[in-house]
Amino acid sequence: MIRTSAPVETPAAGAWEELVTTALLGTDRRTPPGGAPGRDAPSALLDAAAVQTVRRRAGLRPAPAAKRPEPAPADRRPPLPAAAARRLAVLLADRPGAAAGGRRSTMPDLMELLPQWLAAANARGYAAPPEALPALLDAARGRTDLRPAALAFAGPRALWLAKLNPDWRFALRATPGGGAAPHGPEDADRIRARWEEGLFAERVTLLTAIRARRPADARELLATTWATERAEDRLMFLDSLRTGLGPDDEPFLEQALADRSRNVRATAAELLSALPASALAARMAARAGACVAVDHTHATPTIVVEAPHECDAGMERDGVVPKAPTGRGERSWWLGQLLEAAPLRTWPARLGGRTPQEIVALPVADDWQGELHAAWCRAAVRQRDAQWARALLGPPSAPEAGGPGAVSLAERAKLLGTLNAAERADWVAGFIATHGLSEAFQLLGVCAVPWAAPLGRAVVDALNIARDAGSYPWSFSGVMGLAERCLDPAEASRLDGLLAVPDEAEDASPGAGGYWAEAFQRLVTTLRLRAAMAEELDAP
Amino acid sequence: MTLQGVRWTADQVLALAPDDASRKAGSKLGSAGPWSEAGSSDEGTVWGLCRGSGSRPYQTVVDIADAGGPAYKCSCPSRKFPCKHALGLLLLWAASDATVPPGQAPDWAEQWVAGRRQRTAEKKAAGAAGSASGSADPEAARRRAERRAERITAGATELEQRLADLLRGGLAAAEQAGYGLWEEAAARMVDAQAPGLAARVRELGAIPSSGPGWPVRLLEECALLHLLDEGWLRREGLPDELAATVRSRVGLPVSADGPPVRDRWLVLAQYDTADAKLTTRRIWLHGADCGRTALLLSYGAAGRAPELALPVGLALDAEVSAYPGAGQSRAALGEQFAAPAPTRIRPPGVTTAQAAARYGEALRDDPWLESVPVTLKDVIPVPDGEVWQLVDAGADSALPLTPVARTRPGLWRLVALSGGAPVTVFGECGHRGFTPLTAWPESEGEAVTLC
Repeated sequence: MIRTSAPVETPAAGAWEELVTTALLGTDRRTPPGGAPGRDAPSALLDAAAVQTVRRRAGLRPAPAAKRPEPAPADRRPPLPAAAARRLAVLLADRPGAAAGGRRSTMPDLMELLPQWLAAANARGYAAPPEALPALLDAARGRTDLRPAALAFAGPRALWLAKLNPDWRFALRATPGGGAAPHGPEDADRIRARWEEGLFAERVTLLTAIRARRPADARELLATTWATERAEDRLMFLDSLRTGLGPDDEPFLEQALADRSRNVRATAAELLSALPASALAARMAARAGACVAVDHTHATPTIVVEAPHECDAGMERDGVVPKAPTGRGERSWWLGQLLEAAPLRTWPARLGGRTPQEIVALPVADDWQGELHAAWCRAAVRQRDAQWARALLGPPSAPEAGGPGAVSLAERAKLLGTLNAAERADWVAGFIATHGLSEAFQLLGVCAVPWAAPLGRAVVDALNIARDAGSYPWSFSGVMGLAERCLDPAEASRLDGLLAVPDEAEDASPGAGGYWAEAFQRLVTTLRLRAAMAEELDAP
Repeated sequence: MTLQGVRWTADQVLALAPDDASRKAGSKLGSAGPWSEAGSSDEGTVWGLCRGSGSRPYQTVVDIADAGGPAYKCSCPSRKFPCKHALGLLLLWAASDATVPPGQAPDWAEQWVAGRRQRTAEKKAAGAAGSASGSADPEAARRRAERRAERITAGATELEQRLADLLRGGLAAAEQAGYGLWEEAAARMVDAQAPGLAARVRELGAIPSSGPGWPVRLLEECALLHLLDEGWLRREGLPDELAATVRSRVGLPVSADGPPVRDRWLVLAQYDTADAKLTTRRIWLHGADCGRTALLLSYGAAGRAPELALPVGLALDAEVSAYPGAGQSRAALGEQFAAPAPTRIRPPGVTTAQAAARYGEALRDDPWLESVPVTLKDVIPVPDGEVWQLVDAGADSALPLTPVARTRPGLWRLVALSGGAPVTVFGECGHRGFTPLTAWPESEGEAVTLC
């Protein structure tokens, strides 16, 4: 109710209180004030209350203003083109929960396209329409994977909003420095203050943000309070050094090798081992080198492995975990850790000047191959060594690439991550051409979007083959879903031939042809939609 | 009239949807994929073929230029109206020229539009003839009206008795009496053919459980109900205008007999409220030239959307006639001369003090008025503890938002749109505060719906 600053008539306020009291108690217990002659008490009370009610309402005045918040900082990015703004409204309106369907229909799943739309809008540097911010924040709240892109697009006004609504507090935590990311030396005091007084989450985001831009500053900031941090905090802070890790970080990490906490020591050792020139890497190389050698007494040269017999203090200090998990032999456990931390580039010299390809191709004595190759895979991923990754991946058409082999699919997916986008796409395309789609899902997930043309073609061809083989499309719904999001929209026209419902072959699964046509329809629709989305964002 | 280049926004199209499920389904159809042979004509027809799960695509056609909002036809079996295909087609049309190019409507679309327009014209001609001849038996109608008035009088008298009993025993007892007492009284008022009284009585029942301060609210509402009873019982002595207001408040059917006013009517807001039996749609219009604000009401059976749908931000060249009664905003939509089209018109705004004064003045004509439609200019949404205010940019005064406004997602759209800077806000201003319905950014920009 609006506050009355000045009652219309001074006695009125008192008279109204009197009426309310009388009404609460009842006129049988209390006689109402005044009242026209000839009216019974309740009617007189109602008469008076009616007059007062209308008078009170008619006399309403605005209230004094509360303290105004600081206006939102200006968003200097250009506004979205009109069509793109409408598209955003539609994408945001398609929220999960409304009408969840059973079977996938021929219609695109709009929510799945939102991440892509956001990435495209961010790449073009557009500002979000203010009225869309609440829906954007709600979407980001429900889906953490969406947060970075949604918050980047939402811009400074979203953070201003988040300060007013507890539901959106996550935005303040997720954004470095709660939106006002510090820049330049003039902010040194603010950075220092936030580092020393901030909440843990704020300090992590601050450190991460600085590390991303100026790695040395972040390390120095961390060093100022390192000795006084709690062990689990030290672990998290140390983890932030992964970003922009370089030789300069070695002294700090060496010091952390002597940390009180075992987890901190292990993390420091892991980071040092990713620096092939570090002293720790050299020590590990020496230890690992002692365990692996080429034996020429066999008919063909063979790798022989002699796992360590003990985990000495030096190994432990360098991050080797002495206690093996249940079900693993101690010696192979130690070996794995040594191999994984040793720089890969030292192996060719130790193993007879062979290239990584040649080393991987060597037979390994006594069933050590799985252990050895798995450790090299981890090392290749950690050291981001494309040459070794290529050697360990092998040719995509090799029979063991698709089935059981020394290197698992999960490891292959990680190895692929060290290759450049084009090489990755080519390898996966080759894999699909030989092994089909059923094992390809994991590998497709690490490929750059939109898929390169050869990869896209391989996927579509494989889907086509699967259809002709008479299976149902939902066996491939994972790949279909990926294709909707990742296939280059330019490929849409190539799919037109797949939209028709084929004549049913005798040995085919009943109705499969129709379902396939529907699935391809949905794929094409989604691709067209994605093309339209991109066009709208590029419109003047 | 040409419709090319004058597109609706997605929000405006989605406002036509009968429910959330249709809105979602329509959104998904709003892309070129499933559509073929889509097009639109200068006369305001949009058509297209939509691929569904069946072998034959659905034929969908929408007449944008129709008087009471768009008219739809689709060969799909959906009972929703408009169906998702019609919504999808309109979204497609709203999004771009490329997929819905201008052209000549195919026969199946053209025939339907032509048939519709002819029927509308015939109906209009028949209506004109019918009103000339007048009602069939004026004497019987007069007797019916008299009988109904007698029943309402009996109902109002009984209600007065109940109110007197309540106050004799005290409102404190009402908290224990519970809902049943009022439900029974409301049923009696329905029997008395006084739906307006019945609705007020039913609301009384909810007050004792409505939180702190309920005795004040209950006394206020009892007093106003008493005032309405008294107004009815003494209507002969009231000025004509006030008597008409009393009759409509009691719930007697009236028809819009005001002179038709032709104007460019901007659609300010559209929102639905629903109870168990009825969905009520309120559409606020602002006349660009006459400056008046008019309220259109449209009803739908429970769970169904009312048929009239006018997207916010469009303006229509149409005639509007007021209902009788002083201080009433309600009006009826008459003839429309052009389809609703986007516009740059904005209603002129007032300060918060002027808005409060306007409500006070309106109570002179209609003391039962809950709120008046008002556009506030240059106001800033400001948090005030748990509640929100709209603060004048240039003065230290503010209107609090109503409790219902504080719980709507529209509040946050308003706050986001403002960003702490002044905006123009249309809404309803009354004794419980201000309910924002639509806002415009300070500089250029389209209307943003808040309800």
